[in-house]
Order: sequence, then structure tokens, then C-alpha cells
Amino acid sequence: MRAIIVGCGRVGSTLARMLAESGHEVIVVDQTSDAFRRLGRNFTGTRVVGSGTDIDVLRRAGIEQAQVFVSVTDGDNRNIMAAQIARSVFNVGTVLTRIYDPSRAAAYRELGIQTICTTSIAANLMFDLSEGKPVGDLVAQIQAVRTRNGGKTPAVAAR
Amino acid sequence: MYCIIVGGGNVGYYLSKDLAAAGHEVLLLEKERQRAARLIEELGEIAVQGDGCEMRVMEEVGFGRADVIVAVTGEDEDNLVVCQMAKRKFGVPRTIARVNSPANEALFAKLGIDTTVSATRIIFNLLEQEIESDEVVPVAALSRGDLEIVQVELSPHSPVAGRRIGEVTMPAGAHIVAIIRQDRGLLPSPDTLLEAGDSVLALVTTARENELVATFGEA
Repeated sequence: MRAIIVGCGRVGSTLARMLAESGHEVIVVDQTSDAFRRLGRNFTGTRVVGSGTDIDVLRRAGIEQAQVFVSVTDGDNRNIMAAQIARSVFNVGTVLTRIYDPSRAAAYRELGIQTICTTSIAANLMFDLSEGKPVGDLVAQIQAVRTRNGGKTPAVAAR
Repeated sequence: MYCIIVGGGNVGYYLSKDLAAAGHEVLLLEKERQRAARLIEELGEIAVQGDGCEMRVMEEVGFGRADVIVAVTGEDEDNLVVCQMAKRKFGVPRTIARVNSPANEALFAKLGIDTTVSATRIIFNLLEQEIESDEVVPVAALSRGDLEIVQVELSPHSPVAGRRIGEVTMPAGAHIVAIIRQDRGLLPSPDTLLEAGDSVLALVTTARENELVATFGEA
């Protein structure tokens, strides 16, 4: 499977390493080459410097043969635009985008874009935990970053 | 007409002033606080501080009753989201987006934006016109890009210079809509004589744009 990840921040770089360590072909796109340091020296995927909302850059990254596209830059609108390019221009099968603003996430979900609103997810989990609801296992499952690389991938503690 | 303009840069500022002077109800949204404060001081209550991509702000300033939304921030992705949200969530009948990268014009049309304006493209076209004669230059895309208005400046070597419009064989689906001669616009008739130096404006389907080159250009 080929996956394109736009945005090499904490989420983008962690996901990129997880996918690469699972044997997938991963291409990470970011506007600054400095961001690629988060991938570490052993990253086996490809790094492309450029804007994830630029059709030429995405083509250069190999989006035409990609099965998965993920946009996780720190800008909601940039993520939305990149995801729409992946879907409407390149017909990528699975398109995921992270959006901080819950109302924007809901609006684009209605338009058929798979949005993941980390604000709502965290707030809902914390709400349930505050009320003493039994969600502990779920939190641990979500937060435990798999440590296939002999424990070298930094794991996030469950608590 | 109620116009909401998103983005208080130079384009948004002058557009708001002109629209207000023309008697329209105008609201100018600027996200950045310091810039917004300056605009409010100068323009008064038509300027408002707020992010035009936030539902709460959109509701407050009345996107629901706007006749047109114009998104002119410096970021293409912001202009796209403002117009899409306006259309899909508030049913705004007309959306106009500024695009900085000319490549995004076609994309925005595909994603449902009614009109796009690219200063980059306009300036590029003007420069091309200065440099090349007998070249077919796109001036405006119509009908989501299927139809185009193109402009050709006739050189003395053009095969149609010195001929009447009625004698010129145009590609199917292409029509001459105006002639610009020494800065004056002429409406074409079959008897109009084409002269070197004329700018010919033609309406053509995008697929057939290239055929116009053979009609007007150097053999």
C-alpha cells in the first residue's frame, strides 16, 4: 500500500513511522525540510519538500498511485483543501484529514470527507473520564503507540 | 445587496469602500486583531473582527441572509473554505474567491465556487499580450471552464488582416464577440473589416481554443 502524508508534525511523523514499520510505502510531504527530523534516521519512506495543497507537488510525491492520503498539517483549511484535491482530482481511495474545529469537521463530514476531530475526541473522552465512565481500556488502546521497533518508537503513556 | 467580504487586506479594504459607496450593505471580516482594529477605526461598524471560517462568526454576521460572499484573504485554502461553508451551510447564492495560484482556478470551480479571480493570471495574460501577436490568450473562463473568452492581437502577417469577418471561416462553436481597435470597442458584423493591430475577442469552447490559432495566427 502507498500512503501520502501531508504535514510532518507530531501526528504526521508518528503515523509515517508506524506505516513504514508495517511495511507500507510512505511518502511524507512538508513545507520545511527541518520537519523531517521528527522521522528519525531510520525512516525508510520518502520525504518531499513542498506544499500539500499544490497539485504539482502532490503529483511529484506520487499521489496518482496512492491508496491512502492523510492531511495532518496544523492548518484546518489547508488539511481540508489537500483532502479535497486527493479526493476530487486524484480519486484516492481512502482520504483522512485531521481538523481541530469541531463545526468545520462536522460540515466537511457531511460533504463526504472523512474528518477526524481530535478536539472532540479528547473532550469527549475527558468528559466520560470525569464522570467516572468505564473508558480506561479504550484510552489505553488509543494512546499506546505500538513499539514494533524494539521499543525505540516513543510510546505515550496511558495515564 | 448584502455583501460579506472576508479578508481585510488591501483588496478587501478597497472593495468594501467601493461597495459601500455604491450603496450596498457591506460587512468586512478580518481575523487578525490589530489589523481589524485599524479597519474598524477607519471604516466604522462595517468592519468586524472575526474568523470567517468559524460557524459562530458566520452566524453572527449573517451569512444566512448574504447575497454574495467574497473571500479575498491571502491564502487560497482559507478562501476555498469560506466559500464552501457559505454555500453548503448557509445557502449563499453567490461566492467569489480570490486565488493566488492560477492552478487553483480550475480546482475551485470543480469544488463548487461560482467565480474565481486570479490577479496572477490576469497579469500574466497582460504580459503575454504585450509580447506576442497572433497568439490566442485566455481572458476569462465561463460556465465552469467549458467556455472561454480569448483575445488575439492581429499582426500584419495574420491571414485574416484585411478581410471581412463574413469571409473568415471560424472553427465550429467559436464566435467573434468584439473587436478592440485603438482602445475603442466595436461590435462585429459580417461586413466589419479586420485590421492589423486589432484585438479580436472570441467566445470559444475550451476544447477548440487551439483551432483559433490556425484561423488568426501566422500561417
